[in-house]
Amino acid sequence: MTRERVTVEDPGQLIPVVRRTALVRCNPLTKIAVALILMVGALLSIDVVSAGIILGFSLLALPLTGLDLKAALTRLWFLPVGALLAAWGTAILAEKTGATVVDVGPILMTTGSLESAAAIFVRALALAIPLVVLASAIDPRDLSDALVQHLRLPETVVISILAASRLLGLLVLEWQTLSMARRARGLAGGSILRRTRSLFAGIFVLLVQSIRRGTTLAMAMEGRAFGRPGRTWRRRSTFGTADAVVLVLAVVVAVVAVASALVLGTWNPIIPG
Amino acid sequence: MGLPIRAHGYSWRHADRDSLAVGPVDLDIAPGEKVLLLGPSGAGKSTLLHAIAGVLPTEAGESGGEFLVGEAAPDPRRGVTGLVLQDPNSQVIFSRIGDDVAFGMENLGLPAEVVDARIDASLAAMGLDLPQSHPTAALSGGQKQRLALAGIHAMAPEVIVLDEPTANIDPVSARAVRDAVLTVQESTAATMIVVEHRVGLWSDDVDTVIVLGRAGIVAHGTPDEVFGDPALTEVLKATGIWLPESGSPTATDRWTVPARTGAQDRLGSPVLVGERLSVARPRATVPAATDLDLEVRAGEALGIVGANGAGKSTTALTLAGLIPEFSGVVRAAGPLAAGAKEARPFTWPSKFLAPRIGMVFQEPEHQFLKSSVADELALGPRLAGWSTAEVDARVTELLETLGLADIADAHPQGLSGGEKRRLSVAAMIAPRPQVLIVDEPTFGQDALTWAGLVALFLDVLDHGSAVVAVSHDLDFLDAIGARRFTLGTAAQTLRGERVE
Repeated sequence: MTRERVTVEDPGQLIPVVRRTALVRCNPLTKIAVALILMVGALLSIDVVSAGIILGFSLLALPLTGLDLKAALTRLWFLPVGALLAAWGTAILAEKTGATVVDVGPILMTTGSLESAAAIFVRALALAIPLVVLASAIDPRDLSDALVQHLRLPETVVISILAASRLLGLLVLEWQTLSMARRARGLAGGSILRRTRSLFAGIFVLLVQSIRRGTTLAMAMEGRAFGRPGRTWRRRSTFGTADAVVLVLAVVVAVVAVASALVLGTWNPIIPG
Repeated sequence: MGLPIRAHGYSWRHADRDSLAVGPVDLDIAPGEKVLLLGPSGAGKSTLLHAIAGVLPTEAGESGGEFLVGEAAPDPRRGVTGLVLQDPNSQVIFSRIGDDVAFGMENLGLPAEVVDARIDASLAAMGLDLPQSHPTAALSGGQKQRLALAGIHAMAPEVIVLDEPTANIDPVSARAVRDAVLTVQESTAATMIVVEHRVGLWSDDVDTVIVLGRAGIVAHGTPDEVFGDPALTEVLKATGIWLPESGSPTATDRWTVPARTGAQDRLGSPVLVGERLSVARPRATVPAATDLDLEVRAGEALGIVGANGAGKSTTALTLAGLIPEFSGVVRAAGPLAAGAKEARPFTWPSKFLAPRIGMVFQEPEHQFLKSSVADELALGPRLAGWSTAEVDARVTELLETLGLADIADAHPQGLSGGEKRRLSVAAMIAPRPQVLIVDEPTFGQDALTWAGLVALFLDVLDHGSAVVAVSHDLDFLDAIGARRFTLGTAAQTLRGERVE
């Protein structure tokens, strides 16, 4: 069979997975654990060294995630911008220690406050990137398999949430259609009052439609024996060597990050003690 | 092997209604029997089907009498029934087609090896030769229906229940879906009950026809018995059921469909022109259709035809000025361009666009913005700056033509399917736009609504407006005298050619 080029993306994915790497094939629970471990490594202390090591590792490992990196760049632009805003606030507001670097009117930055700012910037990214990236690399269906089979969550609940989340993607499309329909009826634009009223009319229709769809979906699911006791799962959610390797690697990186900060004396724990 | 279905005095009443939604009915369906269930809208066909599948929510109403599927009351958890519904979008469960087909089998508790083996077989049996990882979001409506059927095929149920499975898909796909259904039935020898307006699609293949009326069963027999009875045929026609031999123009019996003679002479100047036009949904990187050159003239009907996924709806939305051209240009010409700052309808403000180019969406629900039928009809003319007297006169006229006068104060979202469709068209033609663009106006409509729509569009054309209709319904396009414009692979050769 020729390679299938799908022009319609799965609306549920923030960043599309374009290659199936070893990391992509890992169990979703492993991916969540890795993200949590790396986050803990960056969370414990506010300093450039520990956060920098986590961030550096995350960026180096980015190609392994199999994600479309170009799409990642265009869709995650808000992460560095947000981090930069946080850093800016810190540079101005943090304790002013060390030599003065910038002093323009009310804006005063010192080496000390700039250091804190850099730490905040790097740390924000080190916290956000592993989570966003690994979350994108998780297939919702794989996750539900893992949640039911390993964490023993109730299967009807997990599947219902999974099916409902697909409807959410559909709602986005529906909203686009509704916006077009409002324009076609002559109610888009105009005064703020008119816009607001037409917006509420649109929201009402969306609500009606989503309740209808939800009811139909529930009926269709029941119509295929959903809710019958003794459900099987055709895919076994498994852990392999790759899972172990990735987990160990994440722990090592987190430990190295913390140890380096301690050795270099930059350790600045969030909980003093 | 199929299960028998027996009902004795069965009835169902919705919790918020006084009258019965269905029944009381007596049914006796043999194992493996193929039944076509007919009836006017509001007779409770869907409710009866849902009762057979056991998916009527118990808290939503009250049942009476006795109902047995096999030896027990219907219950979806028994896993003996498979249900396919009308709306393709609302019954996709997972985001990959392989998982979706597996859903029912997993619910039945089949071992993983069996499930895996059956997925590809069921997909192939339904004519879906796609990899298991194919995203369900990328399927067309017809493909989604076949996906739902593949899920049922894989479950090999003892009772197959189908609620207008082809109502929302094109005639070619509809025949493929019907064949797929018959394949499933044949391979499982299941008892099958199907509800469908288009009798001709099924009448050769079913054993029994049951006609449900508002007060129980009206007729019950073989297709020959039911359709061979002239008195009964009259009753069926009057309720809007499409009869096998008569085809679409059952219409002519109740609605005088004037022949469009001399249509060519009345052709006016071009009002809407697409030049080297490529169209795409917002944010799509690949165009849905490319290189279109088309011209819409005042007083003419243009039918946009083509296979599923050929970009018909996208073309319609682009012509309607609702989404920007991917490349090329759509421009208004002649009288349509009068008073416009720019020729491209996409640049027009909503208030300027609406009275000039009307767009009727595929799902009527999407375009209702008011809380009563009358307000919905008054909206367009009012925006176009008509006087109160003119608006009132127009609304009254439309309410009467459409037979909606009794429900002028009803909420549009609460109407029946046919009423919603008629209202959505009427609301767009109310301000007498010069171009009316419609997307699949006849999908899933009964013969009465169909004929009403034809009359409505002919009236629009007679007033010198142009109609652009995206449709798979060639009978409809012929009835309004539409010239055909084919999208898809054949577009280059067929472009703009008149197909008589």
